[in-house]
Amino acid sequence: MSPTSASTATAIAEAVRSGERSAREVVDEHLAAIEAREPELHAFNLVMADEARASADAIDRARAAGEQLGPLAGVPIALKDNLCTRGIPTTCSSRILEGWRPPYDATVVQRLAAAGAVAVGKTNLDEFAMGSSTENSAFGPTRNPHDTSRVPGGSSGGSAAAVAAGFAPLSLGSDTGGSIRQPAALCGVVGVKPTYGSVSRYGLVAFASSLDQIGPFATTVDDAALLLEVIAGHDPLDSTSIPQPAPSLRSELGRGVEGLRVGVIRELTGEGIAPDVARRVTAAADALAVAGAKVDEASVPAVAYGLSAYYLIAPAEASSNLARYDGVRYGLRVDASNSPEMMVASRTAGFGDEVKRRIMLGTYALSAGYYDAYYGKAQRVRTLIIRDFAAAYEDFDVLLSPTSPTTAFAFGDKTADPLTMYLNDICTIPSNLSGDPAVSVPYGVGDDGLPVGVQVLAPAMQEATMLRVAAALEASR
Amino acid sequence: MSDPISRDDVAHVADLARLRLTDDELDHFTEQLAAVLEHARDVEALDVADVAPTAHPFELSNITRPDEVRPSLDRDEVLGQAPSTEAGQFRVPPVLGEAP
Repeated sequence: MSPTSASTATAIAEAVRSGERSAREVVDEHLAAIEAREPELHAFNLVMADEARASADAIDRARAAGEQLGPLAGVPIALKDNLCTRGIPTTCSSRILEGWRPPYDATVVQRLAAAGAVAVGKTNLDEFAMGSSTENSAFGPTRNPHDTSRVPGGSSGGSAAAVAAGFAPLSLGSDTGGSIRQPAALCGVVGVKPTYGSVSRYGLVAFASSLDQIGPFATTVDDAALLLEVIAGHDPLDSTSIPQPAPSLRSELGRGVEGLRVGVIRELTGEGIAPDVARRVTAAADALAVAGAKVDEASVPAVAYGLSAYYLIAPAEASSNLARYDGVRYGLRVDASNSPEMMVASRTAGFGDEVKRRIMLGTYALSAGYYDAYYGKAQRVRTLIIRDFAAAYEDFDVLLSPTSPTTAFAFGDKTADPLTMYLNDICTIPSNLSGDPAVSVPYGVGDDGLPVGVQVLAPAMQEATMLRVAAALEASR
Repeated sequence: MSDPISRDDVAHVADLARLRLTDDELDHFTEQLAAVLEHARDVEALDVADVAPTAHPFELSNITRPDEVRPSLDRDEVLGQAPSTEAGQFRVPPVLGEAP
């Protein structure tokens, strides 16, 4: 499952541009890999074989006609099934959107097509991206390619598994509390949550709008940087989009970490972190020191409140965002004699338990009498977390922590108690609350032989430095 | 410190959120929501009165775009996804009372 250099996105795009390989040949190879192992893994809600072959043929024709090909020419990519694809079912792994065909493409989907990427399918997720294992998908879980008795993580479990299984060298996910980084860690691939606002959310089905961010999965840091360069940059269709052009990332990756100040987050390396995972973080810190970085312990005290703040803010925003599923304009309608009853019947039948839990939690946190105690408090704690990160970044260029407290766990292990499942996100949530970028890099294995991810965090818009450190870690493995 | 969430509270928020719960589900969800809110006590207990709330990580304000005519979504394509339509509009059951 480890990537050969010929199977990376950068190598494929180069080979297709030079005419050494055809896009059709590349896509057929990946569709064959999907056919062989998808029944066992269930990474996809939909495999777009015909569409993928047609896009690949179009790229080959464009090359034959002497047209300039894009940076992702002929590169297969898997898309999380909460990204709108015009005319192609987009379900969010929910019964309430089963069969819905969006009337428009997400901005990232348009940018990928313009760059020559070939979408091969829509990947499975926890319903509406709420979960850490894909066990909340209405269409059944995805299995971890490294051990099919374990979860792939979530919510972007299908996107992580698709890349880990070689179904596509690249995929896109969305990360609201760790939904790219945690499955990347559990599946042994690279996963990036970019700075909030650096990638357009237009056409990403909303979960918690002030936290959601689209980002790449890849087998190498270089490939992740390539994909991020394609999808980042201002979009007038997203009013929270940062009005700056996409940064240049790949050209920075080889610069090394000499003299960079790296802080290991004290609050995220002790209690609650499995010892075998903590040892890999120490090994990563040591490797960076050997490579010339100045490594020390960092303190970000308010991250201790991240989980509580997140599980008030995210459900509050979700309860509002998911009010739109009312059986009127799209999605499931369960007939009833009047409209209010129709809405209740449709929502009750269409949403799964975790989505209902979060809608109710959010409705409660926003309701009269509790707003100040819960939602208002959580928003103030969010400010504390931002302040503590800012203070830490006065002394450090990047911060280091585990991505997930454990390696991939078994199906059913954490489904009985939602809080146990939520604790998976303690290391990843703080970056969503602060809006800053973070990346998970595979860094060896735990005692069970399963992948461990190390998280590199950086200040807003400092993806170039962050990915430099990630590349140094990758090179030191 | 607020009281733990009660079964009645859960029934109330389910109603507000347009969800119908069975008796078993009410028991089950009450217990689970109480556990999550119990964890949130750490935040509830913090004295942060002098800290400003953050609604968005990077506050951008007055975001506008040029006021230019441009195509909107295709009406037929949008209506084609609706459960029921009539005369170019979304059709719903009666809003008040029973169907005739």
